[in-house]
Amino acid sequence: MALLEVNGLKVHFHTRDGLVKAVDDVSFSVDCGETLAIVGESGSGKSVTCYSLLDLLPKPPAKIEGGSALFDGVDLLTCDSTQMRSFRSNDIAMIFQDPMTSLNPFITIGEQLIEPLIYNPDKSRAQTRSAARLRAIELLDEVGIIDPEKRFDCYPHEFSGGMRQRVMIAMALINEPRLLICDEPTTALDVTIQAQILALIKKLQQKRNVAVIFISHDLGVVAGIADNVIVMCEGTVRETGDTEAIFYRTQNDYTKKLLAAIPEGAKVMPSRVQQDSPMIEVKNLKTYFRDYSKPLAGARSEKRYIKAVDDVSLHIQRGEILGLVGESGSGKSTLGRSILQLAPITEGSVHFSGTEISALSRHQLIPWRRKMQMIFQDPYASLNPRMTVYETLAEPLLYHGLANAKTINHQVQLLMDDVGLARANLRKYPHEFSGGQRQRIAIGRAIATKPELIIADEPVSALDVTIQAQVLDLILDLVERHNLTMLFISHDLSVVRYISDRVIVMNKGVIIETGETEALWASPQQPYTQQLLEAIPLADPKSERARLASAS
Amino acid sequence: MFRFAITRLLQAVPVILVVISITFLLVHAAPGGPFSADKAVPPEVLKALEAQYNLDQPLWQQYMGYLGDVVRGDFGPSFKYPGRSVNELIASGLPATAELAFYAMLVALIIGASAGVFAAMRPNTMQDYLPMSAAMIGICMPSFLLGPLLVLIFGIHLEWVPVSGWGDAPGDKILPAITLGTGYAAYIARLSRGGMLEILSQDYIRTARAKGLSESLIITKHALRGGLIPVVAFLGPAFAGLVGGSFVVETIFQIPGLGRFYVQAAFNRDYTMILGTTIFFATLIIVFNLISDMIAIWLNPKLRQQGQGDN
Repeated sequence: MALLEVNGLKVHFHTRDGLVKAVDDVSFSVDCGETLAIVGESGSGKSVTCYSLLDLLPKPPAKIEGGSALFDGVDLLTCDSTQMRSFRSNDIAMIFQDPMTSLNPFITIGEQLIEPLIYNPDKSRAQTRSAARLRAIELLDEVGIIDPEKRFDCYPHEFSGGMRQRVMIAMALINEPRLLICDEPTTALDVTIQAQILALIKKLQQKRNVAVIFISHDLGVVAGIADNVIVMCEGTVRETGDTEAIFYRTQNDYTKKLLAAIPEGAKVMPSRVQQDSPMIEVKNLKTYFRDYSKPLAGARSEKRYIKAVDDVSLHIQRGEILGLVGESGSGKSTLGRSILQLAPITEGSVHFSGTEISALSRHQLIPWRRKMQMIFQDPYASLNPRMTVYETLAEPLLYHGLANAKTINHQVQLLMDDVGLARANLRKYPHEFSGGQRQRIAIGRAIATKPELIIADEPVSALDVTIQAQVLDLILDLVERHNLTMLFISHDLSVVRYISDRVIVMNKGVIIETGETEALWASPQQPYTQQLLEAIPLADPKSERARLASAS
Repeated sequence: MFRFAITRLLQAVPVILVVISITFLLVHAAPGGPFSADKAVPPEVLKALEAQYNLDQPLWQQYMGYLGDVVRGDFGPSFKYPGRSVNELIASGLPATAELAFYAMLVALIIGASAGVFAAMRPNTMQDYLPMSAAMIGICMPSFLLGPLLVLIFGIHLEWVPVSGWGDAPGDKILPAITLGTGYAAYIARLSRGGMLEILSQDYIRTARAKGLSESLIITKHALRGGLIPVVAFLGPAFAGLVGGSFVVETIFQIPGLGRFYVQAAFNRDYTMILGTTIFFATLIIVFNLISDMIAIWLNPKLRQQGQGDN
């Protein structure tokens, strides 16, 4: 018998809007030393499945309607709360998606680490504080925290995202559990950090022979780490099999759709770049922010600033799609905003079609604003929740005098056609749409003024992979039809390769490397670029496994 | 932290100055004066009185003179209590008022915070609705109604505690403290419920649960510190409010506190007394706000460390 056997699990949410069958008849099993990946898009029920195993769902609204989950022969779904506490403490551990919010900011990481040891509900296994401290320091060392004795007394905010996830891993392993559940453990991390964390999880698993359930939406990540995969969609299991069968020989339509949606390879559209006709010229641009955590007096004036963009020069040709790639904190978003004059420029200049827009006043900028628009990352936050789609789309048209009372209805309807939304949806509010549809609205708002330049800041990174593919194709289509020039900012190298003519790699506020997309992919010159490209997970189990093995 | 405190105190100086100026102008603009009474006072007596208290000088001279006195910490002589200074009068009423405010604050904190935390543990159940409805009633119930009601029940009917007095009989401080604290308890209950609900929905509470910690440990160790930050921020203004707002309770229970001076001064046009008590309360509000802000900073490790970097 396997370590964990889940049979016919059903979890329903009784909400005000009715019954949601979040998990509907899901069965799987996982054994010691095995990694089972649960793959699915948002709303597929993959997280709910795992949370119900440890009784972490809010009840109500959640209710387990049926099934069993036998761990070592004991049903996790029906055991009492004392037993559940013991399982949580000693047998089943969990790593969560966002290391920034999953650690308590008010308590030192050392204290959080030793809690499962000193408060162990199984009294015979509880340890003294000093013994627990030694054990925690040993584990911190094992997960790659440098100087663990000193770091033991630090608070979470003193660690970077990747380091916090290492702390989370140490915390999960502290009682040597037999099952480790990882809920999207690398989704919130940069690609190079992701590669490190995946290698770490793999290494620790092999050493301890624990069973791992790995929840992810990213097939590239799953390819390397999983032995078996189940594909979930809308609460049901669509396919189960070993990793190679799923990736190389799937017969399931949904799995095929998922695999096909991963952006792969070069841009298929021909380049529309008009050589020697620069639309945007950025010269020696610097954008510094005051660092309020540093004292006003004392430190040298240099140190008081965060150099978000530090002496960057670039140009964008008419008709070009320029990809801007960088990890979090690289300054790529600030650069995009500075070009649009949405972030204060400390030094340098930005020319738009020969005019220095960085020298214009707010008022003088207004006509230029029409020509340059932005698409933001999070369509949940960037649309005003109190404005209907109609109001959102009509506002820029009316403000810039591009429509009058007679033509406005027709123009807004044409915009809806442009972004592939039904005209009947015009009177709806943003919350009535899915993430992909919202991003279409945001794109419609951006192209409403018939701009020449669009700066797209991570426009698809909040979207599921199948939706992401659709929105990317929409963007390419609109660039073609409306003759747009685009700066496409993303952390996702595959997406950038799929869409850009030319790529700029940024790190810590400066440009590392620039080149034609395919040339850069073929032979990156800078070590940082090489490192970035090597870290991209591919949806190919053979190459991914080889890479993980060499990394760990 | 030290630098923060100094900066805030320096910022308080112009605030106090504005308070003094506005109060000064208002009391002098109000009709009547400290020596206008029902009985006609002979003009020469009035003149002599005004000369004694410098009221015959031009307004700006009086203002400058008063400012000078305040800087030296002297609020001047009271107009209505001959021979006694405002400093003396405040000092005589302050101990009782401060003690009452302190007990009321204890009542408010203990009842309010525990009710709020209790309610937040099971939101939208009876465990939530009952204490929160009680809190709503507590907020709506004015102290001039609650005080006599408590006196009627516990003082007269049950004869458990004395009906009035302050420090004369054992237990005579209980009813005033409860009367004054109830409204604040209710408010603190709502604040701590909100704060706890916010914290209990955080990811790190889920992490703590997944580690196998008991619910009581999750509440006390992981949630309370963050959840009570809104309450801490409220404590400063609340304490100043308790000190300044104790007039009704002091009157009901015959407590020799500060509140009666404050209200009587306004009726009596006792210029120096109005100004003195106003400045005193303004300072109190500023100081207590500062203290509660500093506690809130100290509770948050990130802010605390930045504060240390400031030294």
